[in-house]
Amino acid sequence: MTKTNTPKPARVRKSGRRSPLASVALIAIGLLFTGGAYALFSTSTASAQTDASSQQTIGEGQKLFASNCATCHGLGAAGTGSGPSLIGVGAASVDFQVGTGRMPMQMDGPQAEKKAVVFTDEQIAALAAYVASLAPGPAIPDARYLDAQGDSAKGAELFRINCAMCHNVAGAGGALTEGKFAPALDGVSAQHIYEAMITGPQSMPVFNDMNISPESKRDIITYLKYLENNPSPGGYALGSLGPVSEGLFLWIFGLGAIVGLTVWITAKSN
Amino acid sequence: MATDDNSGKDLTAADSGAGHDPANAGTAVVVRDAVDNPGFPPHRPRVTDLNPSAERRAERTVYTLFYLSIVGSVFAIAAYMAFPIVETDPGSVRLNNLFIGLGLALALLAIGIGAVHWGKALMSDHEGIDVRHPVRGSDETRARAVEIFAEANEESGIGRRSLIRNSLIGALIAFPLPAVVLFRGLGPMNENPSELLTHTMWTKGTRLAIDPTGTPIKASDVTLGSAFHVIPEGLQDLPSGRLEEKAKAAVLLMRLKPEDLNELPERAGWSYDGIVAYSKICTHVGCPVALYEQQTHHLLCPCHQSQFDVSNHCEVIFGPAKRPLPQLPIAVDSEGYLIAQSDFTEPVGPSFWERH
Repeated sequence: MTKTNTPKPARVRKSGRRSPLASVALIAIGLLFTGGAYALFSTSTASAQTDASSQQTIGEGQKLFASNCATCHGLGAAGTGSGPSLIGVGAASVDFQVGTGRMPMQMDGPQAEKKAVVFTDEQIAALAAYVASLAPGPAIPDARYLDAQGDSAKGAELFRINCAMCHNVAGAGGALTEGKFAPALDGVSAQHIYEAMITGPQSMPVFNDMNISPESKRDIITYLKYLENNPSPGGYALGSLGPVSEGLFLWIFGLGAIVGLTVWITAKSN
Repeated sequence: MATDDNSGKDLTAADSGAGHDPANAGTAVVVRDAVDNPGFPPHRPRVTDLNPSAERRAERTVYTLFYLSIVGSVFAIAAYMAFPIVETDPGSVRLNNLFIGLGLALALLAIGIGAVHWGKALMSDHEGIDVRHPVRGSDETRARAVEIFAEANEESGIGRRSLIRNSLIGALIAFPLPAVVLFRGLGPMNENPSELLTHTMWTKGTRLAIDPTGTPIKASDVTLGSAFHVIPEGLQDLPSGRLEEKAKAAVLLMRLKPEDLNELPERAGWSYDGIVAYSKICTHVGCPVALYEQQTHHLLCPCHQSQFDVSNHCEVIFGPAKRPLPQLPIAVDSEGYLIAQSDFTEPVGPSFWERH
């Protein structure tokens, strides 16, 4: 009994080894190992590279700064008559101003306006690293505050208290004095919203972490993203500008329709 | 020009009435117009009068519109059922309102347009004159009216029984008085309103707290360029009247460079290291002034564009406001928290009866 039984598993093993699927599995395992090892190796080298080259990035940023920004902000970013000092503004400020295209400024005006971004992401990171190396300042925010997964109702309350007077309760923006304005917040990235709050660009006041905690900032971003992704329940919002655009619409189209109907009713039939 | 029978009579009656009226020399009015009445333009028949197929077409249009109106009404009912309002989905309100509105608009507009088109294209269109009746009644009517009044006076005795008449007048005057008293009850009771408007919740030592959480603020938290929206600590714990207190006590806290701050000598100790606190209630009509520009240090009121210069004790630099925003004197307690030195030294917000 035992003699007849023993060759059987051996035969099974043999045929299993010969199966065409075995080679496929072998190749797949081999690929997984090499791929995983390569990924491990490359990430470790990459992090090693950034560590080793952070000084180099700062140097690169310094060069970019000297050729693009120093005219106004001065060599060493100490500021001149035509531009403020950037010592201590932090990486967040640079990422916001350059990342939204506000800097470099096109021309003198009531305020620097959003326009096409001039630098690549690497160049912006280098500039930010350089400015951040001058003095401690607000850093680029942690990604966990930018996921827009917070409490949108709490964010809405904070937005109404702290932001809505300038940016409009629906984030549609609004006018300030002497040609300045608070921009619309529709389509602004979560990172730029956060950076604007901690750095207070241009006319905007600073809302530091003691005033609005990072979690609350996340809630505010959640609210703004909710507004962006959900249609207005009241139908077409006419820019959410309130009585100005709504009144103008009624004035032109409502009264126009009444005038047209009146003319039609009183005209003689031909 | 066609005049119907009634109109003809009215015309003569009106003319004779005017003719009989004796006019004094001083009040005589020129009756006849200097411009001759040009009369109606010649009657022009419509297409629907001349062409039977056009008439049929117009008829078809009118009843089609009325049928469309029925369709609109049915559509509105169907839309009400097809697009219910789901409580958790604000977008459902939009669809519900939109389609019900479209159905109702179609129902009503089609009736209106159909009726007007019917009247214009199919109903008889010959011109006619209806002359206005004279306003003045005939002498018999007037005499009869006087008679009726005299009779009513005689029968009711309102002229004779003066006690009844006067008590009725008194009752009618007294009737609205409860409403006045009830409306008075809407205002603060047992307190002088002007006194209430003059004082806020701030007292000596009240900590400044963040709106809406009520977390007290340390002076070191207020970095340069910051703007904090501030309420008095303890406001959230008030058992009642929270909004009334907040409406008076709301404060905007800002930190400027101390050298940018141009302070009045009598307010020398009211700020702390460039941190200033001003009432957020506009002195014009009481809107919250909170549009702070951290570079120019200007505060803008969004309602009527009054502007206040924070670096210059919030004086008015533009707009209809007449007084600067009241300043809250602040200091720092032993733990580093910002506290009020006292209440506002003047009433906040717009003028009222006792304050000009």
